[in-house]
Amino acid sequence: MAHIKEYIPIVGRSIVDDLQLIADKLQGKTIQHINSTAVGGGVAEILNRMVPLLKELGVDTRWDVIKGGEQFFEITKKFHNALHGRPEIINQHDFDAFMETTQKNIEEVDISGNIVFVHDPQPIGLVKKKSGNKWIWRCHIDVSNPNQKVWKFLRGFIDQYDSAVFSAPSFSQHLPIRQFLISPSIDPLSDKNKELPQETIDEVLQKYGITKDKPILTQISRFDRLKDPLGVIEAYQQVKRHIDCQLILAGGAASDDPEGLRVLEEVKEKAKNDRDIHILLLPQNDIEVNALQRVATIIIQKSLKEGFGLTVSEALWKAKPVVASNVGGIPLQVKHKYSGLLCHSVDGAAFAIKQLLNSPEYAKKLGENGREHIRSNFLLTRHLRDYMLLFLSLYHGEDVVYL
Amino acid sequence: MPEQIKAKEPFKFYTRLHLSELTGLRATTLGQLAGLIKKVPGSSIYHHTHRFLQQHQYLSPEPPNDFAYWVTEILGEDELGEKLASIDTIQYSTIRALREKIVSTIEGHLKNNVLAKLRFARSQEEFYFMKSVSFVLPTGYSAVDLKEFTEALRKITIDSIYFHIFEARLRLERGGNDFSNWIEDSLGDKGLADEISNLDPYTQTLENLRNALIRILEKRMGTQWRT
Repeated sequence: MAHIKEYIPIVGRSIVDDLQLIADKLQGKTIQHINSTAVGGGVAEILNRMVPLLKELGVDTRWDVIKGGEQFFEITKKFHNALHGRPEIINQHDFDAFMETTQKNIEEVDISGNIVFVHDPQPIGLVKKKSGNKWIWRCHIDVSNPNQKVWKFLRGFIDQYDSAVFSAPSFSQHLPIRQFLISPSIDPLSDKNKELPQETIDEVLQKYGITKDKPILTQISRFDRLKDPLGVIEAYQQVKRHIDCQLILAGGAASDDPEGLRVLEEVKEKAKNDRDIHILLLPQNDIEVNALQRVATIIIQKSLKEGFGLTVSEALWKAKPVVASNVGGIPLQVKHKYSGLLCHSVDGAAFAIKQLLNSPEYAKKLGENGREHIRSNFLLTRHLRDYMLLFLSLYHGEDVVYL
Repeated sequence: MPEQIKAKEPFKFYTRLHLSELTGLRATTLGQLAGLIKKVPGSSIYHHTHRFLQQHQYLSPEPPNDFAYWVTEILGEDELGEKLASIDTIQYSTIRALREKIVSTIEGHLKNNVLAKLRFARSQEEFYFMKSVSFVLPTGYSAVDLKEFTEALRKITIDSIYFHIFEARLRLERGGNDFSNWIEDSLGDKGLADEISNLDPYTQTLENLRNALIRILEKRMGTQWRT
């Protein structure tokens, strides 16, 4: 695990010094993170990196995980889908079962933090245990168009918190509590983002039989309809009529996700007869993802819906020109024509890709701007800073706070 | 080497870090945008006219303020976008005055362009109002003369420069930037103070602004040593 000083060559000493200044203001406060899993998923991934760094900065931090059975997590998965706006049948029995597990956790989880930081809906009900300390609810989900039945149920808890945190402005709702915008981040020292030796990149290309003889368009995403892999193939086909290029679609598909496997079959069907389309079903392998991003000429993220879309930050951090949909957190990462190109359709994506392939200097400039944009706004150090400022905001209601 | 003029009071460098607070308010049309600009808190107007300076500080020329960006890129109202982008923020010494200028620019455009009223943003592309919460901290750097001041200026973060130049002048309404105020009041060098005040900080990156400040200060120290 990286130490805080290892970030100095990447973000500069002054940024790390600032982190220490803020951390010192949190002396005497204990922060308690609570989520529903210690491994797997984006929340656990970020906490695994963030908690040790907070401790190293001297912020007393602990992390607890709630317990729940299979039925509980099936219900919270339904909540998750419904909050994303997908149709789900949720009945009173589901709410009752959710409350039953919540009650058990209320009895079992020891709440000792001055600040309790609850992540996502699964542990949301623990707020019933609030007594004189500060509580934050961190929503990692796109709730721009939530199922009202589930949202109303959750509101009963959300309103008891002191503050809520969302990842994109479009996710914010009318709430009686303060709400903050804090974007997720990437870790520049992780396997997925660190610099790679050329030999490693070449080995990955060799493994998958990819050559660099023509421009490479790449989308890294799991095989999911919301990532629109079929639309990416259509955009590539439009481009290929004019400019010879190849396409890499790489990502995972969980074996317990029948829909993902169906999408993968459809993608393979649409790509057949074209040897320039590489469909790579990757196991969880961050180094390979890193290498495939680094070898791309252009990186595409043509999602129809997106929680935040950190693959865009990963691409921009590698100074790649990006063509991405204007959804979820993507417009925060890509400012159209400044740090990439945004699109709304297959035709728009194809047009943007052609523009970039035909103007390599412009594409290079967008990629360089993108890298600096990520350096300033979407690295783990900024995320740490925002979380610590968020903790301090709980004790200050004013707009200008003198510390 | 000649003696440097010592200040009556040392200059203490502060830094400012910010957190974005969401308001839950959103606009879909120009009419709604103008209506909400009139009633959101001053810290929201400040956020949307200054955010780019820090978030995109490496870019030159700077992208425009949030209002101009949205009007141009989302609503496709290029002419109004240009008018909003070219509002000369440095002319306004209060958020209230800047807010009035933005509103009158939008309303003036709506009056003369009937079709502009019909433009609306697609779902998720609405204008989301936010505000800035600023946290001001001492950096530990201080200066009693121009030499020390210039040395500190090389070391502090761009957030610190941002605080003393932008935040002090417009948000805290200190009637000018902190650097000029100190140079005039504590060092008694009005000429140098004015030279710094006359820089337009809105049309350059913060790193370029740092370099411009250092150049001006070095030139002034060179003149002092010669006389």
